[in-house]
Amino acid sequence: MKYTEDHEWLRLEGDLVVVGITEHAAEQLGDVVFVELPELETQVAKGDEVCVIESVKAASDILAPLDGEVVEVNDNLSATPSLVNEDPAGDAWFFKLKIDDLSVLDEFMTEDEYKDFIA
Amino acid sequence: MSDSLRRTVFHDLHVELGAKMVPFAGYDMPVQYPMGVMAEHLHTRAQAGLFDVSHMGQVTLHGPDVALALERLVPVALAELKDGRQRYAMFTDAAGGILDDLMVANRGDHLFVVVNAACKADDIAHMRANLPGITVTEHSGRALLALQGPGAEGALATLIPAVADMRFMDVATHAWDGADLWISRSGYTGEDGFEISVPHSHAVEFARALLALEAVAPIGLGARDSLRLEAGLCLYGHDIDITTTPVEAALNWAIQKSRRTDGARAGGFPGADVILPQLTDGALRRRVGLLPETRAPMREGTALFADTTAADPVGHVTSGAFGPTLQAPMSMGYVPESLCTPGTRLYGEVRGKRMPVVVAALPFRPAQFKR
Repeated sequence: MKYTEDHEWLRLEGDLVVVGITEHAAEQLGDVVFVELPELETQVAKGDEVCVIESVKAASDILAPLDGEVVEVNDNLSATPSLVNEDPAGDAWFFKLKIDDLSVLDEFMTEDEYKDFIA
Repeated sequence: MSDSLRRTVFHDLHVELGAKMVPFAGYDMPVQYPMGVMAEHLHTRAQAGLFDVSHMGQVTLHGPDVALALERLVPVALAELKDGRQRYAMFTDAAGGILDDLMVANRGDHLFVVVNAACKADDIAHMRANLPGITVTEHSGRALLALQGPGAEGALATLIPAVADMRFMDVATHAWDGADLWISRSGYTGEDGFEISVPHSHAVEFARALLALEAVAPIGLGARDSLRLEAGLCLYGHDIDITTTPVEAALNWAIQKSRRTDGARAGGFPGADVILPQLTDGALRRRVGLLPETRAPMREGTALFADTTAADPVGHVTSGAFGPTLQAPMSMGYVPESLCTPGTRLYGEVRGKRMPVVVAALPFRPAQFKR
């Protein structure tokens, strides 16, 4: 698992990158009440707004951590947005990206580095 | 920056209880406790929530014919407000706009007024400038707590049994541990409950005594906002301000017959020449409830359109959130009179997309007041 400074986690699954938000981010957001997922086959560039998470407090964006194509989205989040609070690092993944060069994942923080980052 | 924020007498208690503190109206206030906004909201609806509202202004007005005097600043009937009763009011300006909303209680030989934190300095200056012969006293040495929810009466009555006899909008002074508590049976959540003014000397001890009761949990500003929105109540600076008249804000119910055209004391308040005709003929726009038809909340500022292609908005959202009791998003906003019938479908533009939303009757959740 790798981590971004925007509090996303990235997990390699075959040649796809699965993207979610960290427990720390989910706690900061508070109760999540709505998730707007990207459309399939969307080409995204690093830094694009891909998803919107609405908590009781406010709307927040999930940014694309990498250039790539959205090939799968987690429809469970549309029906049960509270999954983001219940299992942020597991069942509440948001989307899967197909990217050209998996080696760019090395740029991101390890779990220990992320823990230091939020400490 | 947080150094310049004012603190209520409960600040250390909030921190001890694990509150997340945020700046609000110049004060460092608890937005939520570890329970979280959703659970705090539902706890208040099911049991009893304790809110620190000490940032609000507490003011007494003394002087001859004080109720008649204050009527010069509000479109509300105060002369017939009975001893021991309270009423909702609003200060208006010459254009009919709302300077602030407030609660006014008749306490026999004087009035007790509670005003919003962000407006209190202006409100006090406004009253001092415009109420000659009336002594305007701010009680900055008193804290204010709101205890709200179906368990509020049972909880407060364990400390002060006499509150069980109070009805909605009654006010009374009751002693607790040697201190005079100024209690009203009111609040701003749509629930039965009380607002309790307590001297600083006894405030924390009194709050702890309430929090020790099983039904009572501390509740932050986050849930206060979603509770008042479900109850269809206006938040000053959002749903009402100097650009909205009481009629546009659908606050006609707060303007009694005696102050209206042909009433015993018609007019005589700032903006009467704007507000009184609107009461008869209607205003061009009105505050309405709005229920989005998708799960996406439509928050403050969302533009409202008559259809999916119209170039110009017909109105906008002034408050919007997810309603934990409704289990759905909810908003309030202003639309033209012709579009304010419940059931009318409009479109709110959320992140560039026009999403359907239906005009709905307020409140979203019926009030549970003990009348």
